[in-house]
Amino acid sequence: MSVSAELAAKAAHMSDPVVESTADHSKFDVLKGPFKSGPEVTAACLSCHTEASNQVMHSVHWKWEYQNESTGQTLGKAHELNAFCGNVASNEVRCTSCHTGYDWEDVRAPMPDDPTKVDCLVCHDTSGQYAKQDNLAGNPPLEPVAEKAKTITGKAAWAVDLIKAAQSVGPEPSRENCGNCHFYGGGGDNVKHGDLSSALFDPTPHVDVHMSKDGANMQCADCHVSDKHVFAGSRYETDVVDPHAGDMKPGQPREVASCTSCHTDAPHKGPNPILGMKLNDHTDRVACQTCHIPEFAKGGVATKTVWDWSTAGKLKDGKPYSEEEFVQSDGKHLHTYLSTKGDFEWGENVTPYYAWSNGVMTYTLPETEIDPTQTLEINSIGGGAEDANSRIFPFKRMIGKQAYDVERKVLAYNNVYGPGNGTALWSYFDWEKSLKAGMDYAGVEYSGKFDFVSTYMYWPITHMVGPEEEALKCDSCHAKDGRLANIAGVYMPGSGIGIGGKLGLVIFLLAALGVAGHGVLRLFSKKGAHHG
Amino acid sequence: MAERYVKVYTRFNRVWHWSQMVSIMLLFFTGARLLGLHQIGPFGLAVTVHTVVALALLLLWAFATFWLFTTEGWKQFIPRITGFAKVARFYAYGVFKGEEHPYHKTFERRHNPLQAFAYFALKMALFPAIWISGLLYLTYGVWGANDLGSAMLTLIANIHVLAAFAIASFVVVHIYLLTIGHGFREHVRPMITGYDKIDLCPEGEAYFAKQGKLKPLED
Repeated sequence: MSVSAELAAKAAHMSDPVVESTADHSKFDVLKGPFKSGPEVTAACLSCHTEASNQVMHSVHWKWEYQNESTGQTLGKAHELNAFCGNVASNEVRCTSCHTGYDWEDVRAPMPDDPTKVDCLVCHDTSGQYAKQDNLAGNPPLEPVAEKAKTITGKAAWAVDLIKAAQSVGPEPSRENCGNCHFYGGGGDNVKHGDLSSALFDPTPHVDVHMSKDGANMQCADCHVSDKHVFAGSRYETDVVDPHAGDMKPGQPREVASCTSCHTDAPHKGPNPILGMKLNDHTDRVACQTCHIPEFAKGGVATKTVWDWSTAGKLKDGKPYSEEEFVQSDGKHLHTYLSTKGDFEWGENVTPYYAWSNGVMTYTLPETEIDPTQTLEINSIGGGAEDANSRIFPFKRMIGKQAYDVERKVLAYNNVYGPGNGTALWSYFDWEKSLKAGMDYAGVEYSGKFDFVSTYMYWPITHMVGPEEEALKCDSCHAKDGRLANIAGVYMPGSGIGIGGKLGLVIFLLAALGVAGHGVLRLFSKKGAHHG
Repeated sequence: MAERYVKVYTRFNRVWHWSQMVSIMLLFFTGARLLGLHQIGPFGLAVTVHTVVALALLLLWAFATFWLFTTEGWKQFIPRITGFAKVARFYAYGVFKGEEHPYHKTFERRHNPLQAFAYFALKMALFPAIWISGLLYLTYGVWGANDLGSAMLTLIANIHVLAAFAIASFVVVHIYLLTIGHGFREHVRPMITGYDKIDLCPEGEAYFAKQGKLKPLED
């Protein structure tokens, strides 16, 4: 056999069916296995895709670190504290179970520069049976699967077939790939975002008109365009306006995840030309999402709206317990108290919280001094009416109660996960130990005195866009005590009568009174007005 | 001198008046909906009707202005001092004593001085205020980018609403005054038929008779 014939031995011929992809991964010898671990699969991938891991290792997905140029803050899961489980540090193997790599067991240091530690399969598997176990630092459950082991979506774990997964890989991540991590953020289905839930695997148009099979049937990656494994879209610096509207060539994917990159900022044509024009007049001040996502946590999957850590740790007869008093619309009971986590409230079809936003979030970082007498904003929303790049934008406002150091007035790191380590809250139910261990691990000074501070955390709402006929009607806002009653710096007719209206009403009433008085005088004057 | 019924209001004049009346009423109703004074009908419908009717009224005004300046009709609306005090005194005092209205209409001056003054103010101040502010409001999309914080839009909207209430006050007084003197129906009729009672000298009578503008005397 000649060299070229040998190289082309596996090439499809004209008699074969034409397939979508130019590479049938099941034909590659290197993917025939056997594989003992995820990194072994990745090594096989890298034998052809030599640059892939390096691209991934330069992404937020890998680093869990985000440099916010506008605020100078270093953010990302590896650095910030949130209103859910709080912090990754000291809880790694549980938290890093969703990391797009393998074996990140200490977030105090960046992941080592090891290309085989990138998890290709989590994004590229199309076999549907690849999964990550929820406490193995990103590794999949393999034979033999531990008893009671779970995947990161909360299902009972099964032994993943790495060969099958490796041979199934496709080019762009599907919604299943993205959703298996992102729909379960915060420890469960829709817990964190409110607009990202398992309902989006197969939504009705009402739930998400873009992703519904009866709608545009779009995948996450259709909007979250990627370049060198880096995806558009950020909740740290959200594209509230489209910064590239004018500088892209036709047909080029817009490197932004914004509505206007497809729809333009003048998309309304109806219901009649006048209203179309008036609706388009709104787009310089109101984000598309504000009217087109009237409610989130749609499709029968509730989101956590309140998480009160201060009550965690209570035991009954020395044992942890739970209460399940929230009934989801599908009849499922959701926990409202857990000894491990405290009290919860949930919401379905939740009305967003609205605020001016330029998309830039400023975080209360681990060493930021806080004022515990006020409700603490874990992240505060940038922008305002005076800023041309700000829009009125919808948010999920998460209400929390989180531990802080009373003397140093800083938020506290907790150690919640770590069976057998003697300090983890979820195993030992002792706040003193949990916080001490968390603070020590993070290398943060800790006075030893803690209490709980009320917090808000804001999550931009941008998914679950409904069909146009379900958009807010004018008088949702153009009314007294309408949805935007707390928004200043914009004129909203119908929301109240201004100084001109009040003055006008006085003039009108004086005229009416004057006329009435004149008429009464005429009626009662002796000779009356009825002459002739 | 004789009082005769003369065709004072031409057909255009009457169409102008009544379509203006209907438009302004529609604008009051829909405007009040937008302001939040009532909740009848959807907000979007009120926006549409308010805009369409306002644009139609502006078109009518453009025609009316052209008509006024080409027919000398504009002179009817120039205010003057002569007789002002007498008319004012009548409304403040004489009307309660059953006195006759001191002003007698002539063909060239169908408005009494007080009336002329009111119409002048309406046409020179209130109407321009309402349509300039209205057009600015309508075209917000063109200039709104320079109005961060909405200070300009708020000012424009307040002027618009204030002018609207002032016009509404005019309408209240306007309608009320129709009840004074010979009565409401007597006052409204000329604006329907076009004929109003005018003092005429014999020459005038002959002139209008020749023009065909005189209503024949009843037998």
